[in-house]
Order: sequence, then structure tokens, then C-alpha cells
Amino acid sequence: MLFVAKRLGSALLVMFAISIVVFLIFFATPGVDPAARLAGRGASPEVLSQVRHAFGFDQPLPVRYVLMMDHLFVTRDLTSYVNIGDKVVPQIMQAAPVTLSLVLGAAVIWIVLGLGGGILATRFRGSVVDPIIMVIGIAAVSLPAYWVGEVVNLITQDRLHDSVFSWVPPLGYVPFAQNPGQWALHLLFPWLTLALLYGGIYARVLRAELVTAMGEDYVRTGRAKGLSERRILWRHALRGSLSPVVSLFGLDLGSLIGGAALLTEVVFGLPGIGKLTWDSLQNLDLPVIMACVLYAAFFVVAANAIVDLLYAVIDPRVRRA
Amino acid sequence: MVEVTVAIATSERGTPRSRRSAGPWRVAFTQIAHNPVAVGSAIALVIIVAVCLAAPLYAQFIAHTDPFQSNINGTTVIDGHSVAVLQQQTQGLGLGVEPIGPTWNISNYFLGADSQGRDVFARLLYGGRTTLLIGFSSALICCALGALVGIIAGYFGGPVDWVLSRLMDIIWAFPVYLLAISLSVVLLTGGLRLGPIVIGPSNLLLPILIIALIYVPYVARPIRGQVLSLKNREFVKAAIGLGASDWRILRIEILRNVLPTVIVFIPLMMALNMLTESALSFLSIGVQPPNASWGTIINDGLDLLYTRPAVAIAPGIMLVITAVALNLLGDAVRDALDPKAKLRGAA
Repeated sequence: MLFVAKRLGSALLVMFAISIVVFLIFFATPGVDPAARLAGRGASPEVLSQVRHAFGFDQPLPVRYVLMMDHLFVTRDLTSYVNIGDKVVPQIMQAAPVTLSLVLGAAVIWIVLGLGGGILATRFRGSVVDPIIMVIGIAAVSLPAYWVGEVVNLITQDRLHDSVFSWVPPLGYVPFAQNPGQWALHLLFPWLTLALLYGGIYARVLRAELVTAMGEDYVRTGRAKGLSERRILWRHALRGSLSPVVSLFGLDLGSLIGGAALLTEVVFGLPGIGKLTWDSLQNLDLPVIMACVLYAAFFVVAANAIVDLLYAVIDPRVRRA
Repeated sequence: MVEVTVAIATSERGTPRSRRSAGPWRVAFTQIAHNPVAVGSAIALVIIVAVCLAAPLYAQFIAHTDPFQSNINGTTVIDGHSVAVLQQQTQGLGLGVEPIGPTWNISNYFLGADSQGRDVFARLLYGGRTTLLIGFSSALICCALGALVGIIAGYFGGPVDWVLSRLMDIIWAFPVYLLAISLSVVLLTGGLRLGPIVIGPSNLLLPILIIALIYVPYVARPIRGQVLSLKNREFVKAAIGLGASDWRILRIEILRNVLPTVIVFIPLMMALNMLTESALSFLSIGVQPPNASWGTIINDGLDLLYTRPAVAIAPGIMLVITAVALNLLGDAVRDALDPKAKLRGAA
């Protein structure tokens, strides 16, 4: 219980620190003036001071920080600097399901690809299958996701759109509640693109773990007992090797739901959290940026805490550390 | 057993030969040199670096073009005909202009032109210089900084460790791209001013430092863990018992044992950093004009994707080849130097 409280306390502390760091990055970096950016290029000094006053930039930093947090969490009426009148919290609520759809669908695919690849490579170690899978894994890790997205768009939206890929809908997003079939069809290629990278990582991680496990004493004991290779791999080696993969999965899922799939969203025109963050960054729309970054940090910190707590459940030594 | 008999045999003959076994670095190097995949990757990397370094020679002597000068009204000669570099679009409304496509003639718009009539192949070579430079230097800075933080935190422990580890936690809790993007957006509007040091927005140092900084925890965490376990090893305790200074222990006992892991991280980090640089540049918050990188060229090619896909595809292919070669080489270096090293310190 104490462990849980301590872990949650430190998670909150990290969140608080992150909110301050982001605030300082945007408001206190030497040589950066948000008012100048908002007023546009070549604004006169009068306009600048007007802008400063209107957005409260003339108040001391801690006051501005508290005001922004108050609007974001307490009154929930923080509004955008750029699209005046747009409230930030509903914008995030609207974008969240898009990102969630993208990430969860991709996660299913990359888990299948990653675990399947890792297990296959270990099972057929010494034959050509293993190096082939590992080279595919390395290639997947080395691919820039946004570029793959562009190439996929080029093929499915233009070059082969009149023949093989005539069933591919135009870029965009259809809510699940509106039309589940179209929802899946619109997300299919974004899913595959995102899953490619992570599938490669997971296959490599799992194979490394499995190869280590297959050299352990308990596997040798299993062989001596006359267990089949298949049973050793599935029932013994795999169980121990999955825990690093599970913790990796927790962390990746957290950061992706938080908006790390930004490039995929931008390339495929999906109006998710990443796209919202990106649009707000381009306009230096600070309230939206703050909200997006805190939203993202929440999922990352929460994922970290959950993974740690799960470890504590599995392994009592962690609790006392 | 074999070694024992050899030792006896030599002592019997009475010829005291000082046969030193090969050092660990030499053993590792031999192992890498005998790995065909590693050698192949290294050769590919050398070729890519050499070709990119030769970019000015190519631009001046073979293509006779300035890849940083827009050439909107220019013409070029193909098959004896003079052709405009940017042509009126024939499809659609016919309002836009369309740059010429690949000529597959190495001395003349090999990969065609971009929307400003600039030679894409020449830009590709120049972009490679930028991308490789950023990837390499940020990997070095990141590994040095990460090793420093990891060693100090792990060795001194206590409050020093607490502060550094929390600092790493905070960087770690940012989704990497978000931190990089936030820093880039802010710094690229005004540049960085730290007292007397002023770094302009188009200076390559900005993306190098940003990328180096965001990945520091990836290196610092595993190094810290390694130092923690090294601290309890007999040889370190012996050094402490002998009264060696902290500085000496850090230099002789800790650093030398951590170094292989740090070296293993360099090629892997370089691949990661190049991909990050290109992603930032693709979002137009990495390398700024007039500089070009593979990421900015992919971004340039975005508007031409359906008409002149070569502009966006070629730099991506270069990026993938380089990253694959670095990852393969990095794997081989890891197998040779420190098979247990894990980037990110994935638990």
C-alpha cells in the first residue's frame, strides 16, 4: 500500500515538473517572445504591448502559470489564443477517440507481428528463417514512418488507385459510431504503417529475450526431462520472456495514446491528438500546446506507474526497493 | 587444457617468450572484421559518406548546377532539345507548373528537378552531408552526455543521483517527439541566446543539440545501472581500499568498463538521431533553409508526390539504407563488445 502511494505521489510530482518545464520552454526561453509571434511579423511596439496586455504576458511568470492551470483544470474554460473562443478541453475530447482508434488497432497488429516474428525466429534458429525475420525487423525499425505513409499514399491514393486499390477511401477519419466499416477502412493503412515500426522492435526484443531464456538451466532441465522443444518454447521460455515485452508495450501504448503517433496522423490526415498538437505548435497556440503536452505526459507517467505497479505485483523484491 | 600444455612445453624448452594474449578491443575488432554483415554495412556506410562528401565536386564538375539557387526560368538540354526545367502542367486545369522528371542522365537532372527547378540529385548529396553530420555529432554528444550523467549519478549516489534521476525521469516522461518539437518550435523562431552565446535559427547546432538532449536518458539510464553494479565489484572495492581518489577510480575502473557499452550505443543512436532529424525536418522544424537535409527534401517533394514522386522517395531510400547499415553494424558491434547492452534500458 505504501509502495502504491509512493509511486502515485512521484508520478504526480513528475507531471507537475513537466507542466513547469513546458511553461518555461514557451514563456521563458531567452530570446523568445510569444507576443511577437502572436502579433505577426513587423508589428509595431504599440500593437506588441497591446497583445502583451491582452494575453496577460505583462504579469509575473508564476501568476501566469497558476492562471493557466486554473483555467485548464478547475474552470475548464481555457481558450485558444489563435482561434479566439475555441475552448481547449472539448478540442482534446474530440481528438482523443481518433488517436485511440489509431493506436489500439495498430497495437493489435504489431503485437501479432512482433510476437509471431520473435517466436518464429527463435523456433527456426539456425535456418534461413531467423536471419530473414531479423533483417525485416531491422528494416522496419529503420523506416521513417512518415515516409512510409507517403509512399503508401502514393500507391493507394494515386498510382494504383484505379486498379488494385480502388477500394481505398480518401484520407480522413470516420467515427466508429457513424460507420464501423468505413472506420476500419479509413484506418487500415495508418494501422499497418504504425504497426510496422513497432512490430519490428517487438520481434527483435522478444527474440533476444527468448534466445537468452533458451540457454537457461530450467530449459536444460526441461530438455533432460524429455519435454518437446515446442512445449519448452511455449510453456517455459516464452512465459519468462514476455515480461520485458509487456513493460515495453505499456510504455509505448502510453506515449502513443498521448500523441506520439503525430507523424502518422499528420501524413494520413487523421484529426487526433498528435495532429492537434502539431497544428497548435505551428501557430504557437500556447494554451492548446500546454493542454496537449500535459495530456500526453499524463498517459506516459500513468503507463510508467502502472508498469511499475504490475512489476511489484509479480516480483515482491521491487516493493522493498 | 591446450593452453596448459603449451605453457609447460615452452617452459621446458627454457625459452621465456612473453606471449601476451590479444586485448579485449583487439578480440572485438577481429570478431567484427570476420562478420560479413558488419563488413558489408561498414563498406556501404563508407560509400554513402564518401559520395555525400563529394557533393560540391558533383555539383560543380558533373552537373554544373547550384542546388541552392532556384532556377524557375531555367532551361536544360535533353536529347538535343532545349527544355524548360519547370513546364506548364498539361493535366487538370493546366495552371500549375511541373518540374521535369528524372532524366536518368547522371550529368543532367538525374532525378529531375524540384518545384524551384533545383537539381534533386545534387540536393540529395548535399542533404546527405547535413543528415549524416547531424546524426553523427548528436550521437556523439548524446552518448558523452548520457555517459557522464549515468556515471556521476551511479557513482556518487545519494542526493546527486536523486536530482539527476528525476531530471532524466522528466525528459523520459515527455514523448520524445513532443519535447523535440516544443524545443524546435521555440528555438527556431528566435534562435538561442545564452548570455554571450547566440545561435541563429538556421544554425545546424540547434537541431544537433536538441536531438542530443532528448535522447540522453536512453544512454544515461543503462549506464547508471551498470555503474551501480560495478561499484560493488571487488576491483573497485580494492581500489577504494588502496586509497585511490574518486577521480582515479572513475577514470581507471569505471570509465574503462563502461566505455564498450557507450561505443555500442553510438551507431544505434546515430541511426535513431538521423531518423529523428529527418522527421523534424519533414515537419519543417528541423534543418532550416538554405541548408537541406534528407528530411527537408522529402518535405519539398510532398506537393509533388503524385506528379514527381522521385523527389520524396529518393531521400527516403537513402535514409533507410543508411539507417539499416548503421543498425546492422551496431548489432555486430554490440555482439562483439557488450552483448547485454540495451538501448533505452528497456527493463
